[in-house]
Amino acid sequence: MIEKQVNQKAWFMVLPVFLLVAFSAIIPLMTVVNYAFQDTFGSNQFYWVGLDWFKEIIHSERFHDAFFRQVAFSAIILTIEIPLGVAIALAMPKKGWGVPVCLISMALPLLIPWNVVGTIWQIFARVDIGLLGHTLTQLGINYNYTQDPVAAWITIIVMDVWHWTSLVVLLSYAGLSSIPDVYYQAAKIDGASKISIFRYIQLPKMQRVLLIAVLLRFMDSFMIYTEPFVITGGGPGNSTTFMSIDLVKMAIGQFDLGPAAAMSLLYFLVILLLSWVFYTVMSNIGEESSNGGV
Amino acid sequence: MRWKWTIPAIYIIFILVPIYWLVNMSLKTNAEILSVFSLWPQDLTFANYMVIFTDPSWYSGYINSMIYVSINVVISVCFALPAAYAFSRYTFVGDKHLFFWLLTNRMAPPAVFALPFFQLYSSIGLFDTHIAVALAHCLFNLPLAVWILEGFMSGIPKEIDETAFVDGYSWPRFFVKIFIPNIASGIGVTAFFCFMFSWVELLLARTLTAVNAKPISAIMTRTVSASGLDWGVLSAAGVLTIVPGALVIWFVRNHIAKGFALGRV
Repeated sequence: MIEKQVNQKAWFMVLPVFLLVAFSAIIPLMTVVNYAFQDTFGSNQFYWVGLDWFKEIIHSERFHDAFFRQVAFSAIILTIEIPLGVAIALAMPKKGWGVPVCLISMALPLLIPWNVVGTIWQIFARVDIGLLGHTLTQLGINYNYTQDPVAAWITIIVMDVWHWTSLVVLLSYAGLSSIPDVYYQAAKIDGASKISIFRYIQLPKMQRVLLIAVLLRFMDSFMIYTEPFVITGGGPGNSTTFMSIDLVKMAIGQFDLGPAAAMSLLYFLVILLLSWVFYTVMSNIGEESSNGGV
Repeated sequence: MRWKWTIPAIYIIFILVPIYWLVNMSLKTNAEILSVFSLWPQDLTFANYMVIFTDPSWYSGYINSMIYVSINVVISVCFALPAAYAFSRYTFVGDKHLFFWLLTNRMAPPAVFALPFFQLYSSIGLFDTHIAVALAHCLFNLPLAVWILEGFMSGIPKEIDETAFVDGYSWPRFFVKIFIPNIASGIGVTAFFCFMFSWVELLLARTLTAVNAKPISAIMTRTVSASGLDWGVLSAAGVLTIVPGALVIWFVRNHIAKGFALGRV
């Protein structure tokens, strides 16, 4: 750790970033707050309604449904992608021509625009023209993601695994490749099993990057909008209407700005709260491992 | 563990098959897509690509995307460099709170900001310009850039700064001549991440543009809904959006492994 010096003039170095982010964050957020506490009958006439919109949203079934779908989705995504990513990273080659091949092909899905990811999976999964949909139908499996909610969910989850597992893989791989060979040699002399090597050498080294992975995956899966919007448009019915999709429907589709703004603030608060928990845990573990000298 | 390589191999195949299917579709005519089911094009055609390369309303989308992504990367890196230095070297009033507040903006759902952004940029006359999209993307890219650069800078020993100051370097000269070359790979990684998140984002980019700065990904969605379903052209446009990303990966391939750990291994 670097000993940091107290220097209030450092604020001047941070100021440009502060101003720019404040411009992009605080002004729009104030607009949202404005709408959340007021009602309007058009023509810029606003009436103070206090917490009415929040009460309406908190008690609305629609919000509950979207919220639980969102939590379920993020939970499923994290339970699949984190272990799978670690497993793939452990099995990856450590040197030779395999390394660039793995890294480049695995990084590919991360740089595809999100709506193109949706398009790719739409084309891939459609029953009439898609390889996946066509093959499953030929095999006699009744698969149609535009009509069957279960199929729609599976399609979106598989798509997200396809899209984002690589991030976990690359992060874990970065963690693993920082372990010096000496550690493995020592473990070999001690006759350590594969499991104890993983538990006592590899996992502690991956801990910090894994928490970055969990944080990023949680935030992004909780905010997911474009990909399910392109594939299912939130349907069939409302079965894949996640929070962002519901919010955009409410704000731009129906122009219910009051409830939409109240929902925005609640949504943002939930993400903030959960991310703060992850962040605190992350920095505590980070400090422990740098003090503990693993 | 002789069969260990099969796990990454299967995963790579899983990644590449849907992309292959997209390429396959882009090389077929619409008639063939809808009538025959085949694993490769029976009647190879580049007509779908020609549509995109000859129609300005298509290819200008790529140019627009490139312009705002570049502006965003430049702004993010230039503004984040001094800030990250301050966070990695000094303590000052409110530093921890400021850092966390910056990160919270990375957590803000774009759906929350879409409408207010539209109103904000319309009111200052920046609607439908590249700079508006670039600034909007700073909301999440600037905090990320500060976060990544701070990680890399903290890995540089403080003695380097002190020695330079003893040798009579002024701060700006030290920063440009000595410090920046030391974290060059970190800057590359930061630029890569800013490129990535700006290039893939659609919701804000679409909300803030109408004609002049419309990104390629938004043009794609419009065409799908307007002209029925022109699967061939849609696929060709999709393939072309993958190309810039693939090129960028090729350039940073040697830094990907370390870079993805954001300097925090």
